[in-house]
Amino acid sequence: MHSTALALIQLGAVFFGLGLLGKMAWRIGISPIPLYLIGGLAFGQGGLVPLHGIEDFTHLSSEIGVILLLLLLGLEYSAAELVTGLKRSWTAGLMDIVLNATPGVIAALILGWGPLGALAMGGVTYISSSGIIAKVLGDLGRLGNRETPVVLSVLVFEDLAMAVYLPILTAVLAGVSFVGGLTAVGISLAAITVVLVIALKFGRYVSALVDSPDPEVFLLKVLGAALLVAGVASELQVSAAVGAFLLGIAISGSTAENATRMLEPLRDLFAAMFFVVFGLNTDPASIPPVLALAVALAVVTTLTKVATGWWAARRQGIGRMGRARAGAALVARGEFSIVIASLTVASGAVDQQLAALATAYVLLMAVLGPVAARVVEPLARKFTRKRGPAPATA
Amino acid sequence: MNVEVTPLPGIGTRQDFMIRAGRRIGVITHRDGKFELIVSSLDDPDDCTASIALTPAEASTLAGLLGSPQLVAHLQEQQREVAGISTKQFPIVPGSRFDGSPLAETELRTRTGASIVAVVRAGSVHPSPRPDFVFQGGDLVVVVGTADGLGAAAELLGGG
Repeated sequence: MHSTALALIQLGAVFFGLGLLGKMAWRIGISPIPLYLIGGLAFGQGGLVPLHGIEDFTHLSSEIGVILLLLLLGLEYSAAELVTGLKRSWTAGLMDIVLNATPGVIAALILGWGPLGALAMGGVTYISSSGIIAKVLGDLGRLGNRETPVVLSVLVFEDLAMAVYLPILTAVLAGVSFVGGLTAVGISLAAITVVLVIALKFGRYVSALVDSPDPEVFLLKVLGAALLVAGVASELQVSAAVGAFLLGIAISGSTAENATRMLEPLRDLFAAMFFVVFGLNTDPASIPPVLALAVALAVVTTLTKVATGWWAARRQGIGRMGRARAGAALVARGEFSIVIASLTVASGAVDQQLAALATAYVLLMAVLGPVAARVVEPLARKFTRKRGPAPATA
Repeated sequence: MNVEVTPLPGIGTRQDFMIRAGRRIGVITHRDGKFELIVSSLDDPDDCTASIALTPAEASTLAGLLGSPQLVAHLQEQQREVAGISTKQFPIVPGSRFDGSPLAETELRTRTGASIVAVVRAGSVHPSPRPDFVFQGGDLVVVVGTADGLGAAAELLGGG
């Protein structure tokens, strides 16, 4: 009884503290993710206040957090949107991959983490945070801007790239041999193709399976289906998160919209727990040695994302200021970089320092992203006035 | 008018068009049914000076406000053939004499010869209001009559 009371008090304190951090974060206009990570760093090993007795719960909630993050990423865009996005923005999407994965790959190779580490770090620096970006665009009243569809189509492409990347990453992390890895990659690509075809042709049957007019029944069915698929996927060595993601893509139409509305608060709750647990498992002492590299990566990948957005917007005939806004909007990295780092570290196949580097990197980028989106206009205007028309680097 | 429809993946749809003043105006329909009124800025057509969130009720009121002058124009069009008759609209100023009183109390027809053919309230049109129709401040009263009759109606409804 006493231990239950202690656990409840600890959990309550953690959630309440996270709530205060989140409120503070949005008030100063940044994403709460870095604050959650710092919160986790403060509690965990080597941190200020170690938590005891709730590890089982926090561990499971952080797993559910990853599953919900990926399920909602899959739900965010319909299969039709993904396919049109692929057709319309594949050049910008490829540019995005080349420019933004390369710095991470190079950093991992310099640190001697091998091809696996390079694959993981490439993903960490590549993937923008669609959550932070959508929120910031809405807050700044830029949804009606002409460059916004360009920004969104880059995000759609990244979403699709994740559908291919995550199964490959987890397969390679699990089956280390080259041939085994190739087989796993083949199976992953086949799986995502099958899921997309199912979603496009038979999406309503999958949706009908989980749909219900009663919100309570609906919530239980969707959550249950996500955990079931995630569990089975995990048993098949494909990683729970990937399973949930593919399920999210397969659910479509109004069912997807309702599911998103229903699951968003749950996702926020468990995802907060996931960031805290990731912070918990990262030793704060391991961050200073990689801090300089993280700062260098942050600077380089800010510039490469701005270049990506600039280029993509120019192709659509957007003016200079709009191009600068599109570039700056894409800068934020967040939840999915941490998901990639956590999958990688959990497999044990790569140097544990990757967690420290990814943490430091996301701490910087999740703050820098919203700030960049905000200051890009005054900065670009100043720049244009002083030196004539020139690209803005926020 | 050439309305451009742009899908916003994950958010909803943007519908906008260029107006003669050189600005883009339009509406963003969010997936969850919320509306946003957008107006592009003057110096940067890509950017928006305003994006205003509207509830469905507010959106329909605004649509009515923009649509109701067209009602008067429509009536004027119809009465063009009848010589000497025209249409005007008068507001019921909040707190004025007829705010809260029924239509019959104005005795408009007896006193001026003009008649009330419609009342526009909060963007929606009430055609041929009955004598027991109670006015509220902010109503727009659409009146048909001769020039003299309309002048008298203006004095009666507005002045007093």
